[in-house]
Amino acid sequence: MRTRWRKFLSQAIVILCIAAILLALLPLALILFYVVKLGFSSLNWAFFTHMPVPTGEVGGGMANAIVGSLMVTGLGALFAVPIGIIAGIYAAEFRGTRLASATRFAADTLNGVPSIVIGVFAYAVAVLPFQQFSALAGGFALGVMMLPLVMRTTEELLLLVPASLREGALALGATRARAIFTVVVPAALPGILTGVLLALARVAGETAPLLFTSFNNAFFNTDPRQPIATLTVQVWTYGISPYPDQHRQAWAGALVLVAIVLSCSLAARFATARLERMQRGG
Amino acid sequence: MPRRSARSDEIGFRVGTGVFASALIVLVLAIAYELVRSSMLSLKAFSLNFWLTDVWDPVAGQFGARPFIWGTLYSSVLALLIATPIALGIAIYISELAPARLQRPLVFLTELLAAIPSIVYGLWGIFVLVPAVRQLETSLPAWLRATPVFSGPPYGVGMLAAAVVLSIMVIPFTSSVAREVLKAVPQAQREGAYALGATRWEAIRMALFYARTGIVGAVMLGFGRALGETMAVTMVIGNTPRVSLSLLAPQYTMAAVIANEFAEAADPLHLNALVEIGLVLFIMTLVINVISRAFIWSLGRQPKPKRRTAAAAVAAEAA
Repeated sequence: MRTRWRKFLSQAIVILCIAAILLALLPLALILFYVVKLGFSSLNWAFFTHMPVPTGEVGGGMANAIVGSLMVTGLGALFAVPIGIIAGIYAAEFRGTRLASATRFAADTLNGVPSIVIGVFAYAVAVLPFQQFSALAGGFALGVMMLPLVMRTTEELLLLVPASLREGALALGATRARAIFTVVVPAALPGILTGVLLALARVAGETAPLLFTSFNNAFFNTDPRQPIATLTVQVWTYGISPYPDQHRQAWAGALVLVAIVLSCSLAARFATARLERMQRGG
Repeated sequence: MPRRSARSDEIGFRVGTGVFASALIVLVLAIAYELVRSSMLSLKAFSLNFWLTDVWDPVAGQFGARPFIWGTLYSSVLALLIATPIALGIAIYISELAPARLQRPLVFLTELLAAIPSIVYGLWGIFVLVPAVRQLETSLPAWLRATPVFSGPPYGVGMLAAAVVLSIMVIPFTSSVAREVLKAVPQAQREGAYALGATRWEAIRMALFYARTGIVGAVMLGFGRALGETMAVTMVIGNTPRVSLSLLAPQYTMAAVIANEFAEAADPLHLNALVEIGLVLFIMTLVINVISRAFIWSLGRQPKPKRRTAAAAVAAEAA
């Protein structure tokens, strides 16, 4: 009797676990379904080529916001990638040092800071002193968010490079810096690029840190010192507006965002899988 | 002579890369410093009263942030109540029960939840979830509506919608950490349990018990995420500062008030008050992240194998 109860309980838990999976996949399916359904029917060529029209008018597109998103994310990468990679090299090379652990701790801390707080910080250091919202400030905020990810992946991947490569370089008389920059880093480069791609995927969909750094702009702008429209902020503005035509565009924007973010992370996943296969193959 | 140059090269390399490594530390310290500096006005003007009073009236210069901290904590706790059992169920299924060929796709699908931008959750929340929640709220039986937890008119937007969206967003974080933690449990633990005649669940329970600190850490990490989540919550919680137990009531969170008011805050005191909310949010997430990481690490993760001892020795020689 008791055994039967125990077996029953075990079965019940297994079923509950499967139910949990289904319960989590249901919203995923629903969100993707609505984004694709409402986004696809709203998406048209004008969305990519036209400028936003004045509030209340029908039509127009998000050409300026698409360019803005690319620009702000690019500026973020420009800031985060070099610093992150070199900091990662330090953390991997001087693993045991106090500075390396402090850097690792700082990276994990930075990773946990809410994006809206990063936005407030970027406002204080990159907007307030110049009395000007700017693409640069938005890029800085996104860069701060990318930095810990780039640094940690660089570190992890450098540690995966076989020691024999480095030893070979050192045995040939290379200095440590030379061995690392000409042998070890190139060997880890595909992995590091994957990390950058993941970081890009993470910040490409960010809205909160841009609300009061790059702000918004109804016009076409490529000047980094000026406020700039971005896809995410535009989706937010349109999403909370009362106009159906703006809702339509918000869904189209959401579809484009999801497509960008998913293709970034799929590309990263594909690259990681290849790396793993290479590693296993020796 | 060549020895000398190799040595200075080594030092140059170390210092050169070290500067960049320090940049991250400087950045964290700068965030803390800037948040304190930019909230000085409000810190001085209100001190603790800021967090104990309810009136938020920028025009009159009155700033009480109690409703925001309440909304943040309440929505996050509710989200955890929903998300934790589901996330643990997912983690258990993937790491203990799923057939090997199902594991990867399931991991991928749950991680997809984390990849969807917050703003898309928000948009979906406004146009799909909120109407559904309103429907649910209006169909609640009268005796339930009489309780304080379900009191008030059913707007749709409000605490319930926020908690649901938040829980969906937190699930992937908690489940992926819990999965890693369960993976770190030695196989011998489970085999021992099976050898003693345990059922599947009893063996899993052993593993869960073994990993308990890590599981707590995973749940807390999810809590930290929920506290700072901004856009999706802002779009569905109703943005009304009030302290209420009611799930139906529109409320407000710390992150949401910053998102809504920061760009328009012209008055320095208003801006400082918003930065102070950001400062406290920063401290809260910092503390929770540090504690949860300590929990996860305390599980006694084996130190990474030393792959580079030989290389390190050679390098030390060269120096």
